[in-house]
Amino acid sequence: MYGVPLAAYLALGLFMFTTGVVGVIIRRNPIVIFMCVELMLNAVNLTFLAFARYQFAPPVAISAENGHITGQAVMGGQAMVVFVMAVAAAEVAVGLGIIMAIFRLRKEIDIDDMNLLKG
Amino acid sequence: MIPITPELMIFGAVASLAAAAAVGVVAFNNAVRSALCLVLNFFVLAFVYFTLNAEMLGIMQIIVYTGAIMVLFLFVIMLLNLGAPQLLRDKDDPKVFAGISLGVALFALLGSQLLPSFLKITTPNAPKDFGAPANLGRALFTNYVIPFEAVSVLLLVGVVGSILLAKRKI
Repeated sequence: MYGVPLAAYLALGLFMFTTGVVGVIIRRNPIVIFMCVELMLNAVNLTFLAFARYQFAPPVAISAENGHITGQAVMGGQAMVVFVMAVAAAEVAVGLGIIMAIFRLRKEIDIDDMNLLKG
Repeated sequence: MIPITPELMIFGAVASLAAAAAVGVVAFNNAVRSALCLVLNFFVLAFVYFTLNAEMLGIMQIIVYTGAIMVLFLFVIMLLNLGAPQLLRDKDDPKVFAGISLGVALFALLGSQLLPSFLKITTPNAPKDFGAPANLGRALFTNYVIPFEAVSVLLLVGVVGSILLAKRKI
């Protein structure tokens, strides 16, 4: 989409990241804290994609023989977003498993009362 | 100054919706409402990805985040009955004021230092089809094949680990 400055996308990413940081600091429910971590991961994804799209520094390499996009830099941002999504999915699965295990042991989940790794 | 183009107005509407949903995640006291705000945020973010010509990742965002991850969140919230408001004592806490002022300071600092230098960049240089599934797939299976395999191992470990954690007795 033309006519939108790169700074607009970066500002949205920065706002979402800041909201996630504030949420991690002020909320006490561990599930909401997890959601805020997801928010931060998504903000970073948006930043990666915006930089990959605007590509203001390195040239874009397009293969002469078959027209495929071969430049490392142009696909690197998108590949990174794919990996961040996979890591986020694994993190949520394991983290929610841990929260359920803690809840089964202690019957209350205030994050400020959790100070032991041992049950 | 940046000219107000129709594209910028569309982006502004979508982005403000995403920002409002992000604030709702933190502000709502009920975990279910927070989760629904996060669903809205991820869904709108997929449309922001579409405006960046990253079609494949926008679709992946809807499927993976709003489809899989948020269903997991809502399932756990309802399984643990965390929607019950007596468990949430987020009010009357001095942390709230400190956290919000810290967040505003972070936003002001990073925004004032980083964003002005990117204001002039308005034309994307990437080719139009750089987000097409064929191009992304080709990149994943050629230049990034080793990280791709490492991620598949990570997902396997995640699946096994979450089953192990959720079992009562091993």
